[in-house]
Formats: sequence, C-alpha cells, structure tokens
Amino acid sequence: MKTGHSPRRAKSLTFLSAALLVLFATGCGRQYMVLDPAGPVGREELHLIVMSAILVGIVIIPVLILLFYIVWRYRDKPGNTAPYTPKWSESKGLEVVWWGIPIVIVGVLGAFTAKTTFALTKPPAESADVTPITIQVTSLDWKWLFQYPGQGIATANYAAIPTGVPIQFELTSDAPMNSFWVPQLGGQEYTMPGMAMRLWLEADKAGTYYGHGANFTGAGFAHMDFNVIATSDSNFQAWVKQVKASSPALTKAGYAQLKQPSVIGTKSYSSFPPGLFNGTIWADGGQYMPNMMSQTGSPLKAGLNTNSMGVGSGDSMSGMSNMTNMSAMSSTGTSSSQK
Amino acid sequence: MPSGFMQFADKYLMWKEGPMIWGSDVAILLVSIGIVFALTYFHKWKWLWREWITTVDHKKIGIMYLICALLMLFRGGADAELLRTQLAIPNNHFLSAEHYDQIFTTHGTIMILFMAMPFIFALFNIVVPLQIGARDVAFPYLNAISFWLFFFAAMLFNLSFVFGGSPDASWVSYPPLSELGFDPGPGENYYLLALQITGIGSIATGINFLATIFKMRAPGMKLMHMPLFTWSTVAACVVIIFAFPALAIAIALLTLDRIFGTHFFTILHGGNPMMFVNLFWVWGHPEVYIVVLPAFGVYSEVVATFARKRIFGYSSMVASLMLISVISYFVWAHHFFTMGAGADVNTFFAVASMLVGIPTGVKVFNWLFTMYRGRIRMTLPMLWTIAFVPCFAIGGATGIMLAAAPADYQYHNSYFLIAHFHQVLIGGVVFGMLAGMYYWWPKMFGFKLDERLGRWAFWFFNIGFYVCFMPQYALGFMGMQRRMYTYPADMGWNTLNLISTIGAYIMAIGFVFIVIQVLYSVKYGERDLTGDPWDGRTLEWSLPSPAPHYNFAVIPTVTSRDVWWELKEQGRTDELKPKAEDIKPIHMPKNSARPFLMGLAFFVAGFGFVFDLLWLGFLGLAGVVACLIARALEYNDDYHIPVHEVVETEATLGRLG
Repeated sequence: MKTGHSPRRAKSLTFLSAALLVLFATGCGRQYMVLDPAGPVGREELHLIVMSAILVGIVIIPVLILLFYIVWRYRDKPGNTAPYTPKWSESKGLEVVWWGIPIVIVGVLGAFTAKTTFALTKPPAESADVTPITIQVTSLDWKWLFQYPGQGIATANYAAIPTGVPIQFELTSDAPMNSFWVPQLGGQEYTMPGMAMRLWLEADKAGTYYGHGANFTGAGFAHMDFNVIATSDSNFQAWVKQVKASSPALTKAGYAQLKQPSVIGTKSYSSFPPGLFNGTIWADGGQYMPNMMSQTGSPLKAGLNTNSMGVGSGDSMSGMSNMTNMSAMSSTGTSSSQK
Repeated sequence: MPSGFMQFADKYLMWKEGPMIWGSDVAILLVSIGIVFALTYFHKWKWLWREWITTVDHKKIGIMYLICALLMLFRGGADAELLRTQLAIPNNHFLSAEHYDQIFTTHGTIMILFMAMPFIFALFNIVVPLQIGARDVAFPYLNAISFWLFFFAAMLFNLSFVFGGSPDASWVSYPPLSELGFDPGPGENYYLLALQITGIGSIATGINFLATIFKMRAPGMKLMHMPLFTWSTVAACVVIIFAFPALAIAIALLTLDRIFGTHFFTILHGGNPMMFVNLFWVWGHPEVYIVVLPAFGVYSEVVATFARKRIFGYSSMVASLMLISVISYFVWAHHFFTMGAGADVNTFFAVASMLVGIPTGVKVFNWLFTMYRGRIRMTLPMLWTIAFVPCFAIGGATGIMLAAAPADYQYHNSYFLIAHFHQVLIGGVVFGMLAGMYYWWPKMFGFKLDERLGRWAFWFFNIGFYVCFMPQYALGFMGMQRRMYTYPADMGWNTLNLISTIGAYIMAIGFVFIVIQVLYSVKYGERDLTGDPWDGRTLEWSLPSPAPHYNFAVIPTVTSRDVWWELKEQGRTDELKPKAEDIKPIHMPKNSARPFLMGLAFFVAGFGFVFDLLWLGFLGLAGVVACLIARALEYNDDYHIPVHEVVETEATLGRLG
C-alpha cells in the first residue's frame, strides 16, 4: 500500500508544481503587465517594486504574526495563565528597536529609490551607444497623436518603435491633462497642456504592448487605449516607408478636427505641419522640463533657454525670451533628433 | 406654460435621464413628507428647534455630526455599489460614461469631506470636553456655526444629484478638465461651493478644539496627562489649521475662473493648472492624516481599555502623532511623481513619504505591546481595532511601495493605488470611527449597541473588504486604470472585477447589519446605568451616561494619566462625586438660532453662485454679514444654571457625594 501511494503522490506533486508553474507563468505573463516588462525601464522599475515589497515584508510579516500570537495568548478567558502586568508600559530597549528598524529600512529603500529615480531620467544604460528616436506625443480628447520628427510621419492611437533603441517620448496635451502609460515598457508620465515632458522607454523584445491614458479626462477617457508595436529596425524602417508612401498628410485643418472631442480608431499620416508639437506647447504656456532635449545632442540645445516647471508663463518677460527661442525651435523642430 | 415647465424639468430636474433620477425624486419627496408628517404628528417641531437646531451643546452637536456622517456613509456607499455594479462585467451598460463619472466624483468627495470629516468632528465633540474635564468647547457658538456650515454644504452638494447635475471631474477636480471649457454644467460649481462652505466650518473647528484643549483642561491635567484621543485631536487640529486654507484658496481661484472668467488655472492666457494640483495636494495629503490621526486616538483608548493595561510607550505615542502631523506637510508631491517635477524633487518627496511610515509603525508596535501581557476582551470596539492592525499594516506597506517614486510610475492612477488608499482609509479611518462609535455610544445615548448584530456586521464588512480590495492590487499590476467606466473583455480583468464587486456587496450587507443593530438597540440595547460600561480609564467614564448638560457639576482635579482608572484602583471614585456645598452656579452659553440661519444664508449664497445667479449669491452673502453683525452686537449670550437645579440633577442621577 505504502509503495503504491508513493509514486502517485510524487506524480500528483509534480502535477501540482507543474500547475503552479503554469499558473505563475501565465499569471505573470501578459496579463500581469507590470510584472512582465519588455524593456530595461520596466525591468528597473520591477526591481524596485520587488525590492520594496521585500523590505516592507520584513516589517509587516512579524507584525501580523505578533498580532495573532498576542491576541490569542492574552485573550480574556477564565483560566488563562498568561502573565498579566497592567502597569508595564515602558521599555526603552524595545522602543529603540521599533524606532530603529523602520529607520534602517527607509534608509535602504530611500537610497535605492533615489538611484532609480535619477537613472530613469536618462536613456537606458544598456543601449547608451544607440542613437535614440524621438516621438512627440499629444493627448487629445480622446485620442493619442504620435509625431515622428525624425521620420516626418505621424500616427494616431498606435505607435511603432524599433526594438533595442531608446525612445524619447516628448509629451504634451492639447486637452485636459492625461498620463501616458505603456505598462510593459515602463511607468508613466503625465501629458500636460502647455508643458513638454520627457519619458524614456525602450522595448527589447518585439511585440504589441498595451497602452492607455492613466489620468481621467472626461466621458471618452475609457476608450483612450493605444498599442505600441515594437519590431526589428528593418521592419520599422519598412513601416515608415509604407506610411510615407500610402497615408494621407496631417494638415492643420486635420489637426483641428482631431482636437474635437471624439473617439476614433487608428490612423497614419505621411507628414504633419512643421512645428505642430512645439507650437501646441507654446500656444498653451510654453514650459519645458528642466534640461529637456539637451541630452540628445539636439541642434536646439544652444537656442533653447529652458524654463523650469511651475514658473513663468506666456505673459511674463521670461515668456518673451522663450518666444524668441520658440520661433527658432519651430523652424528646426522637425529635425530635433536627426543626428 | 407646460412646455416651459418641461424645459425646466429637462434642464434642471434632468427628467429625461430616466428612472434613477425619477426614483431619487420620489424617494426624496416621500422622505421629506414623512419627516414633516412625523414631526407634526408627534408635536416635535418645538423640540427639534429648541433641543437640536439652536443648540450649542457639544454633545448634541456631536450627535448631529454622527447622524450626518452615517447618512453620508450610506450615500457614498450607495455610490460605491453603483460603481462596482457597473464594473462587475466588461462592456457593461448599466451606467453611461457620464453617470459613472458623476458617481465616482460624488463617491470620493462625499466619503472624504462629508463622511470622514463629520465622523471625526462627531468624536471630537462628544469626547474631548469630557476627557479633559471641560463643560463645553472654547467657542460653543462657533462650534454650532461649524456644524451648520457643514450641514448646509452637504445639503448643497447632495442637491446636485437631482437639481442641475452632479460634478463629474473627479474629487480632485484638476483643471483644465474642471474649467468651463471642458465642464460647462453647474455640477462642478456645486463641488466648489460646497467644499468652500464646509471648509470654512472645518477651519473653525480646528481652531476651536485647539483652543479648548490648550485652555480648558481641568486643573492639574498637564499636556502629558491627556488621554491619547485628545492628543490625536491636537495633532489633527494643527493639520487642519495649516492645510485647509490651501484648499480654500485653490477652490476659490477655480471658482473665480468658472464664474467670473479669470484665468488662474486655464490652459490659455497664462493660467497654470499645475498650480491647482500643488495647492490641492498641499491640503489633500495632510487631509488624509487629519482623518486618520483621530482614528489612531480611538485605537489607543480602545486598546488600553480592553487590554486592561496602560498604553505602552505613551511618550512615543504622543511624539509619533506630532511627527506625523509635521511630516504630512512634506509629502504632497507624491501624488504627482509622474508630472515631471525632476529627479531631485521626486527623491525628496519619496523619502519624506517613506518617513511617515516610521512613526506610524511605532504606533502599531506600541498598540501590540499594550495588548501584550494584558487581558483582551473581544468587545465590538476591540474587534474593529484588532481588525485595523493587519488591514492598516498591509495598506501601509503598499503605501511605502507607492512612495518609491519610480515604482509609482507603474502604480500611479492604477487599481493598485485604489486598493492602497481604500485599505488605509477604510482599514484606518472607517474601522477607527466605527470602533469609536461603538466605544462612546453608551456615553452618548445611555445604552450599548447590540453585540451579536454588531459581530455580524463586523464579519460581513471585514470579509467583504478583503474580497473587494485585494483583487484590485492584482488589477493594478494588470494595467487597469482608475476612473474607466467600462473595460474590454479581452484584458483578463473580468474575473477579478467580478470578485471585487461581490466583495462590495458583502460590505453593503455589513452596513445593513449596522443599521439593524442601531434600530434594534434603541429598543433592546443593554442600558448603561453606571456611566462606565467598559471599565474605562479616562475622565469621561466618571460621568453618567449620557452626561448632564453641564458635564461636570464640579470640575475635577487631575493628578495623573488614566485618572479614572487610578481612582478606581485606589477605591477613591467618590472623590469625583460632587458635594452639594461645593456646587456653584454654572456659567453656560445660551442657545442661538443664528448659527443655523447663517448656514442657511451660506446655502442660499452657494446655490446662487452655482447657477450664476449673482444677485442671489450676493443676497446670501448679505445674510451672512447680517448674522455676523447681529452677533457682534449681542451682549446677552450666556446664563448661569442655579445651584439648586444642579443639585437636583445630580441627586436624580444619584451622584451627590
């Protein structure tokens, strides 16, 4: 009997672990996008997520165990022999322990957080020698417009990118503020009217990655999804050529129409009005993230007097100086990352 | 004429929107008629006016806050059930996008400002003067004004549902979405005016209780003798005084944008929406500490009482309360790590946010070690307190995870965040307020709430909570964003959403049990004849339940912490019983109808500005000014309760020493 059971148990154990593995594999598969990153930025953020989960676990798991033990051990029932010391209410030693441990944990987690925060403002280190591509993203009610200044094309509600190339997403909004989020590539950044923001992402695996606006913008918000399609560099170039050859141009009138609140499908455009992206930012306030666009070696570097967030606007003197820079930018804006 | 009426009905009463509005109209009408009928039938109008509407008694004001908080918990909870019903299955059309947007906006706003705030104010009012040996708050008249401002603001906000349309730009109401260009209806105005009015009341409450605690403690009660609930009130009031003005400014400027055409936060003409976001969270983050600190105070009282042990590490508990209130001002930007503030700013706010975890963690350990080597009685307040610990520990842990800025880039506005803040706000604040309600209920009403029904409520609510919110952490990792009114079927979100909705229904059953429990206990609840039903430790338990109008016939002298417990231990409780010869005439404030009228005037003003009826708005404000002037000219606002009356009352209560 015993020997008869053993293999079956072993078999069921294998089965169980296989099932768990499948569950885990699928569970952490595409569905759990944040836990299944497809690029260096998402991976770095996942490391921090895991690290922080472990660090807080060090505190809360003992708390939970202590709680159950204490409540069970010291419950008020007749015949409970556990010690009862109603006046015991101070212990310097114990208090030093639980002031101390959280301080150490916050110190460790804070250090890792600082390191990652600064790292993510730069293009991923893995592909530091690859020339980045810039995609200018504008959130509209309720759609996403992607402009490729280097390629001269534009798309709506989808974006193609080459794998292994850092992508500099420049973000703004010509509608209420939204947030640009492609979970498998990495965390999000807001799109804000009158401001230019920057987000570095990179895909190192080909695939179609779900993206969605993450900040509520009104009735059509739920339908603001888009795909980021990562392909090999040659496929990407072919796609660019195809879009240039076979798609209509985005005109100023076309953009004005896009700006109207509506939900649309995907679109491709062979070209877009020059200076559209920066013109939009300028029309709404003209603020740029500190040091924006200065690290990619853009030809604008010399001309762009960056205005830090939260100060200055179109009416002030600093606004005037920006205006000058702005016109320089508009004329060269379409080639900002052709280097 | 009928066509004129139909236009009005369509525009303001929203009758074209269907059965939900009609149902609400009918319900409101029936309830109003019912209330009027009952008051008339039982000849209670005078009673209502004399005993409640014009009262300046902190105990009665506290009870009115409590009733409103429970009603608003019902309203906000009903909103939540509608939201979860809509999300139960993908591609659902139970609610339209417009309705869903309105409902999540009112859910959030009501739960924070019209449920949590009055709930903490209820406990401040009921408990603090009794704990420190005072006869009322420092400014009883102002206290009544605070209540009526809150009350009429809540009325104004709730009116939007059936008159003109609810706000729909979310409870944070970020411009430019909340500006006229994107949100033309009156709903957003309702939000702004209601918050402005209740905010004024909240600032006044903060000042009032700080003054009360600093100036009106019984002789001998040093700061470090104060019960921890009173300390938590100090901490919360400090935060209120510094944080609420930021909200007042933010929404005043946005109101100017919407009503008078200024451009503080518009996209064009040099407006800066970012400024609103900063101001909002300069208030918004401290606000969550405002509501959770008093809950911490409740837990401290409850743990010590029901473990029959002195609170562990009292000084650490005080220090951590005050530390939390200070650090709470340095964390606001963690609500927008993803708005491009730069790595240096993000790092500062990330670390500051993590720091909050340190004093909070210390408090948890101190509660645990208060129970350690105690004798734990599993009463309702204690059950909620014990349930709070794991819930808040997990919620706090995910809070620290959220504080790591780059990780937050992946959590921000996802269901991971939703799960986190519901866990700390329900597990922290709601559990704490319920614990406090059960704990002080006998002090308010003279009877206990039924234990058996309360346990049903407890288990339904708790199990429902985890079923509802644990799946939402996973949904966050699956990329689901908040505030989507519907979602496609192919994202893998279906099952977890359905489970979450079932959890929300289970929580609703828990709430229904609380309602049944209250109704049942009014008739059958165990009466509290001793004034000390829990074998308490602090001064409020030395008084009869409910306490007489003037609280203390003779103000006690306090020489230690847990003074009532000490006296009981030493068999000296008789020392707190007043002797007839010690009783002097008691100086009390007179009732006044003006706080109520002033609230009404604010309501009229608010209503006028909501609908751009400037004449009505300014007329209401004129009413406010008239009330202020009348008050300034009032000299005869106090009276003395004669000795024989006090002696008589104390004798009836069997307390004369």
